[in-house]
Amino acid sequence: MDHPVTPVDGLDASATAGLDPPGALPPDVPPGTGPYKLAWRRLRRNHVSLAFGGLFLLIVILCLLAPVYAAYIAHAGPNDENLAGTVLIGGKQVYIVSLIGIPIGPTWQSHYFLGADELGRDVAVRLLYGGRNSLFIGAVATLITMVLATILGTIAGYLRGIVDGFLSRFFELLWAYPAILLGIALGVSLQVGGLNLGLFTLQGSSLMVPALIIGVVYIPYVAKPIRAQVLTLREREFIDAARQQGLGPVRIMVGEILPNLASTIIVFIPLILANAILLEAGLSYLGAGVQPPNPSWGTMISEGIGLIPAAIHLTLIPGTMLVLCVLGINVFGDGVRDALDPRSQVRVGR
Amino acid sequence: MLRFAVRRLFSCIALLFAISILTFLIFEAIPNGNPALRLAGRTATQAQIDAIERTWGFNKPIYVQYYKTMEKIFDGTVISYTQQLNVESQIVQDLPPTLSLAIGAGIIWFLTGVLFGVLAAVRHGRWLDRVLTVLSLIGVSTPVFFLGAILSFYLGYKAGIFPNGDYVNITTNPIQWLYHMILPWCALSAVFVGVYSRVLRSTILDMVNDDFVRTARAKGLSERQVMTRHVLRNSLIPIVSLWGLDFASVIGGGAILTESVFNLQGVGQYAAQSIQRLDVPPVLVITMFGAFFVVLLGAVVDIVHAWLDPRVRLSA
Repeated sequence: MDHPVTPVDGLDASATAGLDPPGALPPDVPPGTGPYKLAWRRLRRNHVSLAFGGLFLLIVILCLLAPVYAAYIAHAGPNDENLAGTVLIGGKQVYIVSLIGIPIGPTWQSHYFLGADELGRDVAVRLLYGGRNSLFIGAVATLITMVLATILGTIAGYLRGIVDGFLSRFFELLWAYPAILLGIALGVSLQVGGLNLGLFTLQGSSLMVPALIIGVVYIPYVAKPIRAQVLTLREREFIDAARQQGLGPVRIMVGEILPNLASTIIVFIPLILANAILLEAGLSYLGAGVQPPNPSWGTMISEGIGLIPAAIHLTLIPGTMLVLCVLGINVFGDGVRDALDPRSQVRVGR
Repeated sequence: MLRFAVRRLFSCIALLFAISILTFLIFEAIPNGNPALRLAGRTATQAQIDAIERTWGFNKPIYVQYYKTMEKIFDGTVISYTQQLNVESQIVQDLPPTLSLAIGAGIIWFLTGVLFGVLAAVRHGRWLDRVLTVLSLIGVSTPVFFLGAILSFYLGYKAGIFPNGDYVNITTNPIQWLYHMILPWCALSAVFVGVYSRVLRSTILDMVNDDFVRTARAKGLSERQVMTRHVLRNSLIPIVSLWGLDFASVIGGGAILTESVFNLQGVGQYAAQSIQRLDVPPVLVITMFGAFFVVLLGAVVDIVHAWLDPRVRLSA
C-alpha cells in the first residue's frame, strides 16, 4: 500500500530545516508516526481552531437541548403564539406584543430571554429549534453531497472514457446552473409536488426536501476535484500493482483509491457543511427552503427582515447565531486543512 | 485558437440545450394544471384556450411542448404564463440594475480581494494578516441578505447616510445611482473578498519558495519587482478564473439575494418571482442566459489563463 496521505510526502527533515512554522513537527515525534496522528498533533496545537470548533459544538449541543429549554426554562413551545400576554419586567407588566404590533425585545430573563416575534412566540426557543432544523438540513445535505460526489468522482476518474465524459458533462451542467437558481427552482417545484420515487416519497413540506436539493447542488464542487485527484492516483505504481494482482475495478476503487482520498474528503466536509447551512438560509429567505411555521435560522431572518425597522432583534439574533455557527465551522475546517496538509504551513521561508 | 473557439462554441450549445431541458423537466414534474388556462386568463372562452393550446402545444407530448416553447424563445415572442408580458423585453428592462450591481461589485471585490490577499501574504503571521484573516472568514460566513439588511438598517435607516434600497437609473441621475448602489456593492462583495483574499494569500505563500522567485531575487530585482512581476502575476491565475465564473453567475441572476434585499428589480429578482409563480418561460430564458455567460466567461478565462501562463495551451 502507498502512503495514505500524499501531502505528507514532501515533509522530510530537509524541507523543514531552518524554519519554525507553527505547524512543523515537534522534535519529539517518534519516527513512523502515522499521518493522521501527525495531523491530530498539529491540530491540537492550533488553539484558535479548536476554540472555534468548540463554539460550533456548543451551538450544536444547545440546539439539541432545545426541548429541555422550551419545557423547563422558557415554558413555551417554538410555535406557541401569545399575542395578548404580558411579561413582568422590573415589577411592571409589559405587553409581549404592543398594541401597535411591535414585539418585545430581549428581556434577559427566563421568559422571552431574547424577546418575542410578531406573533408573541419566544425567540430564544425558536432560535434553538430553528438551529436544529438548519443543522439537520446542513448535515444531511453534506452527507448526500459527500457520498454522491465521492462515488461519481471516483468512477469518472477511474473508468475515464465514455463514463467520464457523461459524468463530467453532468457536473458541468450543475456547475453552470447558478446554485441558488437551481436551488429555488427545485425547491419550489418539490414543495408543490412533493417527490415520489416509488420506494420513497417526500412530502413537500418535509425538511428532507431542502436537504436533498442542497446536497445535489453542491455535488460538482466536490466531485470535480475528486475526479482530478483520482485521474493522477490511477497512474501510480500501487494501483498498477493491484491491477496486476487481478483486483477488479470496484475493489481497486474502494480498497486502494478511496483511502487515498480520505484527506481530501475530510477537508471538504466542513466547507460543504458551512455552505449548505448558508444556502439553506438563502433558500428559506426566498421561500423555497424550510416552510413556516417550522422555524430555521433562514426563515427567522426572513421573517425578521419583514419587520425592520420596528424590531431589528428579530433579524439580528438569528443572523448572529448563523454567522457564529458558520464561522465556527469555517475556522475549525481551516485548522483541519492546515493540519492535514502541512505544506500549507511549511511553505514560507526567507 | 480557431479550433479552441469552435469547440467551445459547440460545447456551449450542448450545455445550453441540456440546461433548457433540465429546467423544463423540473417544472414539468409539477402538477400545476394546464398552463393554457393560466395564459388565457379568467374570462377566456373555450375557443381562446384551444387556440393557446395549439400554439404552445400543451395538448401534445412533452417534447412538442418543449420544442414550441424553445421556438418562441428564439423568435423573441415568448410571454410569461402569469403576466402575459414578453419575457425577453422584461429581461432587457431588468438588465441595468443587474449589470450595475455585477460590474461595480465585480471591480470592488476583485481589487479589494487582491489587496487583502497580497497584504496578508506579505505580512503573514503578523497582526495585519490575522486581522485580515478574521475579516475574510467573517465575510465568508455571513449570508449576503443578512449583511444587506443590517447595513441598510444601521447605515440607511438609523444613521441616514445611505438610501434604503431601490434602484435609480444611471441615465436619469448618475449621482443618485452611485449613492444607491454603494451598499449593494459592499454587501455582495463581502463574501467574494473573503474567498479571493484567502485563495490569493495561500497561492502567494505557496509560490514564494519556488525556484523562479529565487532566480528573480538572485538577478537583483527588488522585492517589489519580484512581488509584482513574478509572484503576483502567477498567483493571479486562480483569482482570474474564479472572478470570471463569479461575475458571470452574478449577471445571470446569481445575485438574487442581494437584488431582493435591496429591492433592485434585477434579473435575479425577476427569476425568483417567476419561480415562485411557477412561470416556466422566464425561468427558462434566465437560466439559459446565465449559463451562456458562465460558458462565455469560462472561455475568456481560459484565454486570459493562457496569456498569463505561457505553459498553458488552449484546449476545449
